[in-house]
Amino acid sequence: MKKLKGIKLKHRKNTQNSATVDFPLPEKVIIPMSMHMGVPCSLLVKPKDTVKVGQKIGDCDAPFSAPVHSSVSGTVTAVTDYRNAMGNVCKAVEITTDGKQEISEEVKPPVITDKESFLKAVRESGACGLGGAGFPTHIKLNPKTPIDVIIINAAECEPYITADYREMMECPNDIIGGINYIKNMLNIPRAILAIESNKPEAIKNFTRMAENDDTIDIFTLPSKYPQGAEKVIIYNSTGRTVMEGQLPSDVGVIVINVSTVAFLYRYMTTGMPLVTRRLTVDGNAVGEPKNIRTVIGTPFIKLLEYCKTDMESVKKIIAGGPMMGMSIPDPNMPVVKTSNALLALKSYDDSRTASCIRCGRCVAVCPLGLMPAEIERAYKIKNIEELRELKVTLCMNCGSCTFVCPANRKLAETNQLAKALIPRK
Amino acid sequence: MNKLIVSPSPHDENYIKTSVIMLNVVIALVPAFVMSVYYFGWRSIMLTAVCIISCVLFEFICRKLMKRDNTIGDLSAVVTGLILAMNLPVTLPPWIAVIGSFIAIAIVKQLFGGIGQNFANPAITARIVLMVSFPSAMTHWVYPFWYRNPTDAVSGATPLALPETAVDVYSYLDLFLGKSGGCLGETCAAALLAGGIYLIIKKIINPAAPLAFIGTLGLLSAVSGADPLYQILAGGVFLGAFFMATDYATTPISTKGKVIFGIGCGIITFVIRHFGSYPEGVSFSILLMNILTPYIEQLTRNKVFGAKEAVKNEK
Repeated sequence: MKKLKGIKLKHRKNTQNSATVDFPLPEKVIIPMSMHMGVPCSLLVKPKDTVKVGQKIGDCDAPFSAPVHSSVSGTVTAVTDYRNAMGNVCKAVEITTDGKQEISEEVKPPVITDKESFLKAVRESGACGLGGAGFPTHIKLNPKTPIDVIIINAAECEPYITADYREMMECPNDIIGGINYIKNMLNIPRAILAIESNKPEAIKNFTRMAENDDTIDIFTLPSKYPQGAEKVIIYNSTGRTVMEGQLPSDVGVIVINVSTVAFLYRYMTTGMPLVTRRLTVDGNAVGEPKNIRTVIGTPFIKLLEYCKTDMESVKKIIAGGPMMGMSIPDPNMPVVKTSNALLALKSYDDSRTASCIRCGRCVAVCPLGLMPAEIERAYKIKNIEELRELKVTLCMNCGSCTFVCPANRKLAETNQLAKALIPRK
Repeated sequence: MNKLIVSPSPHDENYIKTSVIMLNVVIALVPAFVMSVYYFGWRSIMLTAVCIISCVLFEFICRKLMKRDNTIGDLSAVVTGLILAMNLPVTLPPWIAVIGSFIAIAIVKQLFGGIGQNFANPAITARIVLMVSFPSAMTHWVYPFWYRNPTDAVSGATPLALPETAVDVYSYLDLFLGKSGGCLGETCAAALLAGGIYLIIKKIINPAAPLAFIGTLGLLSAVSGADPLYQILAGGVFLGAFFMATDYATTPISTKGKVIFGIGCGIITFVIRHFGSYPEGVSFSILLMNILTPYIEQLTRNKVFGAKEAVKNEK
């Protein structure tokens, strides 16, 4: 079957064989009320309150949201306004840890009898997409249309990041358990675990584990960025096309990140909500790249120091991967639910933008067949009709066009600006 | 600690810059240049140097006058100069070559906004302007190795100008190796092919346009009763197909468009050669197709994955 286009990147998976290490408890954590896509939570605690691990400290009535839990035991020392990497402001709780890590009485395995109680438990767990997008999991698992296949996204197509890979190597039983749990609860007949071909060990292990289960298929994706993008992974593993304006569920598919699945399984058995996460710390300014498990709210700078980063030389810090991650202005920003990687770079491409030479590389690499060079021209003259015809709204900002441009034009950025010009209906 | 740089994603590097692409084109033209020196002597070094230096100089002056950034570092002017030189007869007086460089860089390229903005190929247009302006100087051909007997340097017709009944018609091997009269860089098909394959392997050019060009010309020649191999090997087909019909700025972006472009070039070249009074039609065919490029582009737009067809006359 024909696959969507992609680009070959240097994988830079330096940490793929680095077993996850537990980061020592930091003195202070900062927990924002918005770590997911959707409505930010309201505070349930105030300064001087004592909190325990797993205690709910933020929640809201809106369905499109996910509650927030304390990741440590200690005292709330401040409530501040916090600006995240996207530029949005929400409240954040600063907790000074007491080092005891006492577990809250609220933490107990959920009682699950049917789909409804399952989805309620998923919401209470605070789960959201751990691959980086942070889509609330309880919404994702409750689509309006029938689902016949669930795709477990284990592509991890961005360079550097190995957090999902380590999850697969260290907790394979949680992943298989989670897949079965979701399948049974939602009555989905088939699951596809889609892994990029640059992770042969994981593919081998899971193929063996799912040998006698014909409801779980292990699917090998080509190692071409961006395999993990929702539309790309759906098309490449099932041949289904998610049309403009459609959701994956409209073609009978749910795509869920592999670490999210493993987390859900652990939550169902232990009742411990989403308070820690595994992330890859790497980049050319990092002396000892590592995979780290740490409490949510740990300031990034502590992790960088722990990994022997030469802070004097750091020019750019990226939360997430180099292709779609956000460069952050302040190293004191905390680890949030969606932090799958932390990169510190001392050198990066800063050559000047030159004229478009119309080489067509941006068109050749776009997985969706968009024409970034044409979009850029239409954007410059603010030709909204043309931008509509060029379907700029479909751009998923994977960054492939900017990456290949020999003239260093910021095409992906222009696409996002062009999108904003088109009025929503 | 430094002030952190905040910029939109992606943050990863790509190593192929405009100058790298241009450098690769220069490398691909080296075999043709070396063969031109072998066949036509030191004068070909002189003429090439004049073209390159004057092109770079005109680029520099134009950018300066227009108060734009200096772009000679992207090496595109070097490529234009080199390709222009490959399109000139070795006996051409250098001052005419300088005029050619002026037309290519100042008029065709910079007046339209510089690299990537020109609608016609600078070297091709310059060649055509020179051919029309200086017809005798631009068609004063000599046989290879003429420099060994400078006293009786005779004009040698290009293979295409020979009547088909001529006795001393060139053999395929002569044409392939370039032992024939013609412009500096267009005679040696072998060297041009090597350069073209290099560019294809390096993924600098897409083979669609050259293959469609050469294929169409061969096919039409065969149908019309001409010798297809002779038609392909003689004249400027290889130079045009691999180095000018693949120019980024003046040819369509999509592969489908490139195929149409190549077929168009093949047809026009054939028509000019077969029915026209000019013996050679490669330059004109490329120029004419350059002009059609925006229309081809409109017709060959990519279909976007998952896009709904636009609803017409939507109220």
